[in-house]
Amino acid sequence: MKAKSVDRIMTGVIVGIGFLIIALLAALLGYLLIRGVGHISWHFLTSAPESIRSGGGIGPQLFNSLFLLVLTMIITVPLGLGAGIYMSEYAKQNRLTAFIRLIVEVLSSFPSIVVGLFGLLVIVNRFGLGLSLMSGALALTVFNLPLMVRITEQALRAVPREQKEAGLALGLSRWRTITTVMLPISLPAIVTGTILAAGRVFGEAAALLFTAGMSSPRLDFSDWNPLHHTSPLNPFRPAETLAVHIWKVNSEGLAPDAAQIAAGASAVLVITVLLFNLGARWLGRALYRKLTAGR
Amino acid sequence: MKKSLLVLTTLALGISLAACGKNENSNNANAGASSGAALSGAISAAGSTALQPLVDQASKKFMDLNKDVTITVNGGGSGAGLSQVAEGTVQIGNSDVFAEEKLKDADADKAKELVDHQVAVVSIAAVANKDVGVDNLTKAQLVDIFTGKVTNWKDVGGKDEKVVLVNRPASSGTRATFENFALGAKSEDLPDSITEDASGTVRKLVSETPGAIGYLALSYLDDTIQALKYEGVEPTSENVASGTYPVWAYEHMYTKGQPEGAVKAFLDYMLSDEIQTTDVKDLGYIPVSDMKVTRDVAGVVSNK
Amino acid sequence: MNMTQTGPADALSKDGGKFPKHRLEELRGRGYVMFCVLLLIVIIFSIVYFIASRGLTPFTSQGVSLGNMLGGLKWAPEADTPSFGALPFLFGSFATSVLAAVIAAPLGICAAIFMTEMMPKVGKNILQPAIELLAGVPSVVYGFVGLSVIVPFLRDVFPGQGVGILAGSIVLSVMILPTITTVATDALRSLPAGLKEGSYALGATRWQTISRLVIPTTLPALMTGVVLGIARAFGEALAVQMVIGNAPHIPHSLTQSAATLTSIITLSMGNTTSGSLHNNALWSLALILLIMTFLFVFVVRLLERRVKRV
Repeated sequence: MKAKSVDRIMTGVIVGIGFLIIALLAALLGYLLIRGVGHISWHFLTSAPESIRSGGGIGPQLFNSLFLLVLTMIITVPLGLGAGIYMSEYAKQNRLTAFIRLIVEVLSSFPSIVVGLFGLLVIVNRFGLGLSLMSGALALTVFNLPLMVRITEQALRAVPREQKEAGLALGLSRWRTITTVMLPISLPAIVTGTILAAGRVFGEAAALLFTAGMSSPRLDFSDWNPLHHTSPLNPFRPAETLAVHIWKVNSEGLAPDAAQIAAGASAVLVITVLLFNLGARWLGRALYRKLTAGR
Repeated sequence: MKKSLLVLTTLALGISLAACGKNENSNNANAGASSGAALSGAISAAGSTALQPLVDQASKKFMDLNKDVTITVNGGGSGAGLSQVAEGTVQIGNSDVFAEEKLKDADADKAKELVDHQVAVVSIAAVANKDVGVDNLTKAQLVDIFTGKVTNWKDVGGKDEKVVLVNRPASSGTRATFENFALGAKSEDLPDSITEDASGTVRKLVSETPGAIGYLALSYLDDTIQALKYEGVEPTSENVASGTYPVWAYEHMYTKGQPEGAVKAFLDYMLSDEIQTTDVKDLGYIPVSDMKVTRDVAGVVSNK
Repeated sequence: MNMTQTGPADALSKDGGKFPKHRLEELRGRGYVMFCVLLLIVIIFSIVYFIASRGLTPFTSQGVSLGNMLGGLKWAPEADTPSFGALPFLFGSFATSVLAAVIAAPLGICAAIFMTEMMPKVGKNILQPAIELLAGVPSVVYGFVGLSVIVPFLRDVFPGQGVGILAGSIVLSVMILPTITTVATDALRSLPAGLKEGSYALGATRWQTISRLVIPTTLPALMTGVVLGIARAFGEALAVQMVIGNAPHIPHSLTQSAATLTSIITLSMGNTTSGSLHNNALWSLALILLIMTFLFVFVVRLLERRVKRV
């Protein structure tokens, strides 16, 4: 009988902790949203920030965050897919593969500040890219690449062996089999994983302080020529992202409404990450349904 | 066989990566060097976070007047600004301190190449939590507090409350100014003291922590904290300009060599009335032209 | 870079004339994936090379001794006779990240048990998405919440100013909770169902099964999650810097101002000129961080080897 009551108590404790964590998250989200949502308006989301007057917005920062994300993904996804394919399909069981796996692991656990400093030293100064979106994207690639590799590798591993063998039996080359048979099957898992990884990029600040800079030069949203200085699409301009802006406003903000701006921007960030999570699940499911040919 | 190829190419890439940086120390010193009627070019400035809002504000106005000029203003800190301008990565390096104070010893030659443009004066006031019951401190009292000799506010005529120091990191320009001109001595990083670099965070901590004392630029003073008089002199722009309140420093914008073209035009614009009488004052700085005293690198003050 | 890999293939196709198209495609594909892997290797080596080239200068040419940095207690980089004792930061980093793991590990493991053994439905629909969201919240936001909520709370409850190792670890514990929970959940899910069924069939209660069978068998995997969490906490910079106080001393209590390797780097990196001794000393701290990452990965490896043996 004693075992039964211990069981009941411990079940209670664990269920309690489970709900405690849910409550904790709800409290955290609630705190951020309640403080911030009141400040979010169309004007706040679209107008440029002010350094001394109140009423500044986060328009350029929001755009920069999204654009930086796209740039990072353009660089990361092809490279990550490639390395992931190598790891799951071409790598032999030997020392070299073990070594590469170790590298992926080390790379994914590097502190973001170390990567930021590396970016400052090499990408910003040595390569002469300056504090720019491109430098930021390359630094973020360092984080994101190992994640992509792991996601791709796991997704390809999950493809049923019969499918792969069927492809090879039809006389397709290994590469063909991978690109035309296996990748489409693993696509939903890859897409979901990629979007979740993208959420991390969206909130990164420490590495970007040193690489993408803290300034937001005025953008001319009617000029879409990527070569112009004021064009939002120019990847070689310095750009402050939303997370960096929160950091700056909190630490040095002079505008009288700095606290509200920080709260509003935090809420926007959290909502965006939330949308990413929901979007990832939805897209993954939708792709799965579509690719597995009508249920 | 394939393995050795892999290792070889890795090595080759690594070496070329390492080598390629060594010889590109100074490129594009000033991209906007073209002179003539219409100014054009891209100017980048980086450095002091304290000066960033002012330069940012001025750059926006300047870009309105000169459509073909783009100016980007980055933070990063005074040290980063000075290194970058010395290396030629940016055209303007913003700094809270004289370049000679940062670029010392082996780097002293770099400081010689830099040309100083003093665009404003920043004054720093000691601030305390509102509950300490003190509104004036003498130099000796401040030194005692910041070196840990006085640990309770009652020893300097306030309430019976423990002193909590909110200091800046040893590398901070604000701390250097405060040490040089308010304390006249280096302060210690005492155990139990808080160190923050960002003025907003310092203000928040001083206003919330009972018994806290710190120091802030005048632009960050507000009614959540108590600004302290120094030797009976109130920290106001007028007292700084007249030379009675001594805790102040220049805000510098450094260029490598004499500025030309758009960079020169922008620096001139920074010193014009359009910026000096409006934005400089709005941001809590003191226009250089208002100052009745000047100060050199060594800290010697003389009347104008 | 691509050229070295695909070069031979192109050459072959030209002299042979009848080189099969699909072989060429295969070679190109293979070349491309090799290139991607190569890039990973180049990245890691260049990171180590560049950080080390800066971080070792104080020892090689600026007269700072390694022993002083690792064992010294006094950090006074701008003093007339500068000294660079980084022990307080090492202590601060270890103390905050280990304490964060002490707080987060029981919570995370309980959450994993909750999701796999107790209420899989609630777990899958609410707790798991909630924890994924927790992982996506930017560290700046955590720091902001820590400074506005946790620091004032600790200031009221404990003696001291609220800032310190305790505040830092609380913030970090929330940040590493997702890491620990995810790894633990994967470990528990991978346990063969037969094992548990056997235990239940023998009349064991759920808690007996969990405490005597599930946890002991998955322990190395659970520890892996904890170490990964510590590693993440160790490298976190901005959130910690906002709440820890940053006094370069070993604190006497958990609510006394302290500093970590990362917090000192973020505080001073921008204020120092590159090439100066102070600046290079900060790079040395970054190098220590880097070496610690390798150590953590090594520990994780050891633990994983034990997982495989079980």
